[in-house]
Amino acid sequence: MNFENRDIISIHDFSKDELLYILKTAKSMEKNPNTNLLKDKILANLFFEPSTRTRLSFASAMEQLGGQVMGFATSTMTSIKKGETLWDTLKMIQAYADVIAIRHPLEGSARLAAESSSKPVINAGDGANQHPTQTLLDLYTIQKVKGKLDGLHVGMLGDLKYGRTVHSLVNALSHFKPTFYFIAPPALQMPQTYLDELKENKIKFVIESNLMKVSKKLDVLYATRIQKERFADPIEYEKYKGIYKLDTSLLKNIKKDLKIMHPLPRVDEIDKSLDETEHAVYFEQAANGIHVRKALLALVLGKVR
Amino acid sequence: MKKEQSISAIKDGSVIDHIPNNVALKVMDILDLKGIRGMISVATNLSSKTMGKKGIIKISGKDLTKEEVDKIALIAPHATVNIIKNYDVKSKINVAIPPTIKNIIKCSNPNCVTNNEKNVATKFYVLEKDPLKVRCHYCERNMEKEDISLL
Repeated sequence: MNFENRDIISIHDFSKDELLYILKTAKSMEKNPNTNLLKDKILANLFFEPSTRTRLSFASAMEQLGGQVMGFATSTMTSIKKGETLWDTLKMIQAYADVIAIRHPLEGSARLAAESSSKPVINAGDGANQHPTQTLLDLYTIQKVKGKLDGLHVGMLGDLKYGRTVHSLVNALSHFKPTFYFIAPPALQMPQTYLDELKENKIKFVIESNLMKVSKKLDVLYATRIQKERFADPIEYEKYKGIYKLDTSLLKNIKKDLKIMHPLPRVDEIDKSLDETEHAVYFEQAANGIHVRKALLALVLGKVR
Repeated sequence: MKKEQSISAIKDGSVIDHIPNNVALKVMDILDLKGIRGMISVATNLSSKTMGKKGIIKISGKDLTKEEVDKIALIAPHATVNIIKNYDVKSKINVAIPPTIKNIIKCSNPNCVTNNEKNVATKFYVLEKDPLKVRCHYCERNMEKEDISLL
């Protein structure tokens, strides 16, 4: 499989085999340090929107492979302020870097960036649309902690309406015959288009607002933050924040080997008391981002085939 | 008989018939006919047995291609195009919704890059033709018929 010069924009662009190949590459990255693999290569980290984990994780991944990183963490310091289009910005950056990671508040911005740039572009989040490296690290984590991807019972909890990590993960896991449990208040439930797609693909799912009713069935519980920034109306946000708080009282009502994931940052969805239990894998999940991003950087730069 | 006359009124070119009465000018826009030097006539409020009122556009000196014609399928799904050579109908094309729709409709997502960046042509993949359902190439949102509006 050759990924050289390929853009990583949306999880929709990848077949099951391609996803598995990326995970396999990530696994070999975790085993072998490959400290000089991307020597003399430059990553442009273009963050038009704030992010800690994703930006630093891309930078760390690149540097661990011997490459260099440049870029910005907010668009206020750039010519965007002067009215430069995204298209023009990318046309310029492609001359400075070998690979580009972009986070931008507009949906579709990463696709547009990739069309402008001749160098490979990796989407680090485009508005509420896609965040494929997050999805891949989620898959990687599930595969690692459960030993498989096929046939799992996966609960998605919290903001399922606006949460892009949930949407992409549902798309990606759909290759592996899962049963989904969508646990959210009706106003924050999975959008109908996703449910329609699941029905079409004959994938089982349950809609529920009470976690305790389904918690015993779950192999994986994927909790998400109610995202303040996605609500147009702050009163709506106040209504739903803190609606689900996982703590040790959950432990009476679960499978022994349940794994709890969260894309982080958490606000108060998961109590600290769960951190030390064997169920919590969210920090490991964040750490896995490095292996996956190393794999993607090496793949699109043609250093792994 | 009357219809025959209106079609053969040009020597060479294209005649688009069965256009819904209210969208004839929009069809002109979509086909981007401004650069054509030949005569173009637009007729509306013509009687039609099947449509009540309809519009017709006649373009001298240009043979429309299937690809060009399919662009109007969204607003004139029953339009027919006759290609005229020396006053005779040389071929007929029925419009059909193409698999991708480029720069004709607007994305309904206000946060889509196509609604915020300058000079980005829209592009949609047709998921279902009837009723129409499309997916934005950029923001990946699905739009159904009631959300679809022209640029």
